[in-house]
Amino acid sequence: MTLLSSVFAAVICTVIWYKNAPKSEMKVGILCWMYWGASLMWLIDAVFEYAELGAEYFTPAPGDMLNDFFLGLSVVALGLVIWLVILLVKDPKGVIKEAIFKKKEK
Amino acid sequence: MACFLVSAAEAVVTTIAAKAIEKKEKEQPELKISFDGTTVETVSKIPFSRKLKWLSRMLWGGSVLLMFEHIWHGEVVPFFPFLTAAGNPEDAAEMLHEMATVGVCMALLVTAVWLGMVIVSAAIEKRAVKEAKKLASSEN
Repeated sequence: MTLLSSVFAAVICTVIWYKNAPKSEMKVGILCWMYWGASLMWLIDAVFEYAELGAEYFTPAPGDMLNDFFLGLSVVALGLVIWLVILLVKDPKGVIKEAIFKKKEK
Repeated sequence: MACFLVSAAEAVVTTIAAKAIEKKEKEQPELKISFDGTTVETVSKIPFSRKLKWLSRMLWGGSVLLMFEHIWHGEVVPFFPFLTAAGNPEDAAEMLHEMATVGVCMALLVTAVWLGMVIVSAAIEKRAVKEAKKLASSEN
């Protein structure tokens, strides 16, 4: 479930990035790298788990599945928070600067 | 247990390497390419340091999110020794084994995917230059 959540997040972010490219005002690329990196790593985790459990891997207990789904959602949320912090710090549209510094009227 | 540490270590190395390469890199040569096969445009090549940043971003992102998963499962704690498995020798040995197998495979897969991206981007570059040359020769 964690792998699935991160793969879906990665695919959605990549589609949004592609749709807005070459503009990168919202820095969606950061989310793409983050979710794809995590998806690849969880894929390896899943392969090792499958090698250990066999077909049982695909029939998790409902409780485990719910916990994994909750974790997956939390991971996606954490990724979004990291992205938002980077976006606000880099401030590519200058919105934060404009909010902090008031332009002098002539 | 601590498999993400291998990727995190690689992320540190690639970040430092990208910064060092970026400093040494000269301005990239201009290329004439064709995006759509009908017009020729002048662009500059993507420097290697930028391509290396793709890898470090994937590694950092993956490592941070996996670290969160380990915190969730109680395998990483905010006090010494930070990794619960490091508390006793038996668990520590298991953790090192997991790092050597799962952790190394994770880092290898991310690096392999990045290598694939670098190869594909080089092929796209070559094809665009070729198309531009073809267009230029047909115009002459």
